[in-house]
Amino acid sequence: MIELENVSKSFSLHNQGGAVIPVMERVNLKVAAGECVGLVGASGAGKSTLMRLIYGNYLAASGRILVGDLDVARAAPRQIITLRRETLGYVSQFLRVVPRVPALDVVAEPLLAVGTDQDRAREKAASLLAELNIPERLWSLSPTTFSGGEQQRVNIARGFAYDYPALLLDEPTASLDAQNRATVLRLIEGAKARGAAIIGIFHDEAARNQVCDSFIDVSAFAPQVAA
Amino acid sequence: MTRDDRKSAVPLLQVRNLAKQYGRRIGCRDVSFDLYPGEVMGIVGESGSGKSTLLNAMAGHHAPDRGEVVFDTRADGPRDTLKMSEPERRMLSRTDWAFVHQHAREGLRMSVSAGGNIGERLMAVGGRHYGDIRAQAADWLGRVEISESRIDDRPSAFSGGMQQRLQIARNLVTGPRLVFMDEPTGGLDVSVQARLLDLLRGLVREMGLSAIIVTHDLAVVRLLADRLMVMKDGDVVESGLTDQVLDDPQHAYTQLLVSSVLQV
Repeated sequence: MIELENVSKSFSLHNQGGAVIPVMERVNLKVAAGECVGLVGASGAGKSTLMRLIYGNYLAASGRILVGDLDVARAAPRQIITLRRETLGYVSQFLRVVPRVPALDVVAEPLLAVGTDQDRAREKAASLLAELNIPERLWSLSPTTFSGGEQQRVNIARGFAYDYPALLLDEPTASLDAQNRATVLRLIEGAKARGAAIIGIFHDEAARNQVCDSFIDVSAFAPQVAA
Repeated sequence: MTRDDRKSAVPLLQVRNLAKQYGRRIGCRDVSFDLYPGEVMGIVGESGSGKSTLLNAMAGHHAPDRGEVVFDTRADGPRDTLKMSEPERRMLSRTDWAFVHQHAREGLRMSVSAGGNIGERLMAVGGRHYGDIRAQAADWLGRVEISESRIDDRPSAFSGGMQQRLQIARNLVTGPRLVFMDEPTGGLDVSVQARLLDLLRGLVREMGLSAIIVTHDLAVVRLLADRLMVMKDGDVVESGLTDQVLDDPQHAYTQLLVSSVLQV
């Protein structure tokens, strides 16, 4: 479902003396449907960078990034927009929302985007929010005012509202208590069971071992040449 | 009705090599892009970068020196709007096109009631029944969150944010397919801005609109635009997916622009 071939990434900083900073080389990885691959490596090794490359948020310098049959590294913006709507979900570490939009609508949005009717989308959103222990009195409020942990859970609910065939999860269990953590792990296992290909970053070792089928150490993709 | 239903292989708007000069100064140079149904494109750049020149040239407000602006018309399919007759183009700008000005006063008739401002566009496309027009005007005031009790007030008695929302209602009442927006949130308080952005996003989704939004506010494009074009000195220096351009800018100028935003 997700396949990377010889992907490399560098950043050119034009306003800082034109420095070119290579950050990754020869990235190869493959995730099949129903499989969860954990990215490991020290902080700064490039785990989130790799995820952003797959999501099309960062431009790859070279190589192929196949999600389904679309090469994200070469796709036109509107192909990536369609991919993100229909195929590839991403739970980032931070929730970014329009002010004033209620939490329930934030969560229902991915479903509305694929044409689910309002009532069914809201129903699904409500059940996810309830499952993740967001008190019902908060549903009609904008998550911008929520605590960090609550925002994180809204973000997860949003990521699992629609059944994406492929999912990227950046620290989905960080800053969660034991009960919510168990809920998130159950959601991940449910997604695997229905055949989603998942790439995850988990600092929580127990969580990682519970849901991941294999691991990839991102430090192996560090550029060889010393700068 | 979702955005997908309207999605098709034919671009709604195809801009080809559009150029405009003011004497020897360059307004915009050889701009080309396709906009598909349901897409929202942002154009950013500092003052004088040519973004408003480009928008006005596309919308037919002033004639470009060369280039094509091909619009997929309902009746005849793709046609170059720059080669249309004046009445044809005016009809287009009253029906399938809309233009939201930065200053609401430019887009409204200040001496006509709020209801009249909305109704005028309906009458321009053949609406004649007073009751229907008034009912639609009232409905649209509600959609842009203006109390129906203000329907007979003149916009000069409205706050800046309300005037801007009224302008949007006036523009969208005829169900356009393409909306040009010039700094739609410029000069508004941040709280009013947030409300307007939320409103615009909702309308874009519900109506399956395509829009081209010129702004210098990167936060606005991040929330509203699917795609982004960055202009400098009349040239498009970078374009792509909005979050990609903002998070991984490739061109020196875009990097400068993105890194100059103050963090809140």
